[in-house]
Amino acid sequence: MTAPLASPDAPSRVEELQARIRGMQATRLDSKTVPTHPAFEQVLPGGSLREGTVVSVEGSTTLLMALLAGPSASGRWVAVAGMPEFGVEAASRFGIDLERLALVPDPGRQWLAVVAALADVIPVVAVRPVGRVSSAEASRLTARLRQRGTVLLVAGQWPGSDASLGVETSRWHGLELGHGHLSDRDVVVSAGGRGEFGRRGRSRLQLPGRSLEFRVSDDEPAQLGEPVRLDEYVRRAV
Amino acid sequence: MAVDLVHVDPTRTIVLWCPDWPVFAACRESGLDPGSPVALTEGGQIYACSAAARRDGVVRGLKLREAQYRSPGLALLDYDASLDMRVFEPVVRRVEETVPGVQLVRPGTLAMRARGPARYYGGEDAAARALLDTVAALDVVGARVGVADGPFAAEQAARAAGGEGGSPVGIIAPGASAAFIAPLPVRLVVDARIGTLLNRLGVRTLGEFAALPEADVRRRFGAAGAFAHDRAAGREQARVLARTPPPEFEVAQEFEPPLDRIDQLAFAFRLRADEFIERMRAKRLVCTGIRVEIDDEAGGHSSRSWLHPRWFTPADVVDRVRWQLQGAGTADSALTRPIVRLRVVPERIDSTGNHEEGLWGGGPDERVHHGLTRVQSMLGHDAVVTAAIGGGRMLADRQVLVPWGDRAPERAGEGAGAGAPWPGSLPSLAPASVFRERLPIGLLDGGGAVVTIDARGVISAKPERFALAGAEPAPVRAWAGPWPVVERWWDAEHARRVHRFQIVDDDGCAWLLVRDEAGWWAEARYD
Repeated sequence: MTAPLASPDAPSRVEELQARIRGMQATRLDSKTVPTHPAFEQVLPGGSLREGTVVSVEGSTTLLMALLAGPSASGRWVAVAGMPEFGVEAASRFGIDLERLALVPDPGRQWLAVVAALADVIPVVAVRPVGRVSSAEASRLTARLRQRGTVLLVAGQWPGSDASLGVETSRWHGLELGHGHLSDRDVVVSAGGRGEFGRRGRSRLQLPGRSLEFRVSDDEPAQLGEPVRLDEYVRRAV
Repeated sequence: MAVDLVHVDPTRTIVLWCPDWPVFAACRESGLDPGSPVALTEGGQIYACSAAARRDGVVRGLKLREAQYRSPGLALLDYDASLDMRVFEPVVRRVEETVPGVQLVRPGTLAMRARGPARYYGGEDAAARALLDTVAALDVVGARVGVADGPFAAEQAARAAGGEGGSPVGIIAPGASAAFIAPLPVRLVVDARIGTLLNRLGVRTLGEFAALPEADVRRRFGAAGAFAHDRAAGREQARVLARTPPPEFEVAQEFEPPLDRIDQLAFAFRLRADEFIERMRAKRLVCTGIRVEIDDEAGGHSSRSWLHPRWFTPADVVDRVRWQLQGAGTADSALTRPIVRLRVVPERIDSTGNHEEGLWGGGPDERVHHGLTRVQSMLGHDAVVTAAIGGGRMLADRQVLVPWGDRAPERAGEGAGAGAPWPGSLPSLAPASVFRERLPIGLLDGGGAVVTIDARGVISAKPERFALAGAEPAPVRAWAGPWPVVERWWDAEHARRVHRFQIVDDDGCAWLLVRDEAGWWAEARYD
């Protein structure tokens, strides 16, 4: 065989290539991809959002907005439920079209029913769950999502989510001791998942960059390190 | 008077005239007595006045101060042209029930052909009396009726009738109209410019004007002059053009006994809502705005307009009724006061042609609309919102949330919008989380004391520790401020004077802080 396989990081490289192949070929009829911001190619297991999946996003509203921006830019409607503090101006600056954004700030106890109703018509729905979700309720909703081809982004925990993203560390730039203002930040996003989203890892992103864009940090190489186990990740996130 | 009831001249016209209608309408609206001195003003001048005010010497076109000098007890009201029409509408409808084919000349004046009513009531005088009885039933006082050849002569007959103790009906025999109007001033048929000119030429009455050769009048004054000449000579060609009564769509339902549960009311109203929409559909109309009026047992009245992004279906109408009843309560809660009457009035109607669905349906937005409406019917009208960015310095001012289906509130001028420069607003990076209620926080200096800002905007010490309410203080990694925001200092009630800070806490999370008189708050979080 050729030289690259013999290098020390060969296994992770092979894994990465396999993941990319998996991302490109749809194994099932309904696992179509949803246009996602190109910055997430490295981050999301599989390279992009998939129809009918649940992605849990923890610890960052900007990360959630970045995930919504891709589908919104491609002309899809997006909805945000249960997040009264969702910053509309930031959403608009980050590329979410307000013309196609529906907000349900206080769904209250009926949030699950609201999400189900929204998922029927809106292809990307973000929600912050209130209280615990039983796995029975979750799987009922997941079946509906799969049938409708809706992506559900959960700002919090979700039993049996297909992928989960979280911000591990965040470093703001531009603000000093007594002067300057916030301009951009580097975050380390950790990703985990199950099934075909199995690749776990960490990547560095600019969320947002200096001109309010999202991109992969290129100043330092991504520290992919060793794969993080999901349970370990959850423990760390909690 | 023996009138040949079979061969009545087709131009015979009855005119019903309500004197000083604008004053009467305004008095009825504001609850004043039309018998007292009342005047309507427009543009700083008297537009119309009541008979009592006229006796005091108030006339149209007088300056306000002069009018008040002549009549010290004069009550002044603003003239509202739409009010005239609105108050007159019930009168028109009532008259249409008595005599069909009514032309609305102007609010306060109606014209109709004489032939039909004269035959039906057995004479022109009897028809006129029947008309007067009809309007008297609506508490319209002092109405008069004139009958003559043509609407113009009939109106003059109505104006000439009445007076002190005279009969309120003036009938000019067929063929005598020209002689009747001959002594009237010429400015009744021409505008002010031609009127002045005719006066200078020595033509002062309609009779003198009518005596001029028709061809000369036409050559000198054009078509308008020829038309006026015909009128003055009693040869008016204008016929009564009956209006088509506007279709009635409003529905109302009384509840006996009064109902106090929203679900019962909604269920009971469902049929009426179906009928409401169906009636409009039969005329090929759709409704895009309705007004719902609710009367309760204790005499309370609630009225609200609802818009629809597309058009109302019966279920939408019932939803709006329910939301209005519901207020802040839930669907199965009991109302504090039982409802006796529900009324739905269409406010915006459009032809179905403008709202036709495409051949392959209305596209995905229609589905979105149905889905969001469903969520609205679960949670209430205000629960589903769309967002827009408004103008302002504080973040809460900058996001405008509009319930789904309503139109965004119009801002005062384009300059006040989001694109305008707002000195003192934040730089372009907007925080991802904007708290609806600011969170109380503490910003402490190295010694553990709260950082304060003096009147000159100087901080007491560098902020070193930051604590959310009830949490342990953590070190501040970076900070900048204070950035003063001073708004509406000229308005004591809405004045705002705050200082803003940006900080990054120990976890690497950035915050936007606000310091006001009450203390430190977190306005937003960059997360």
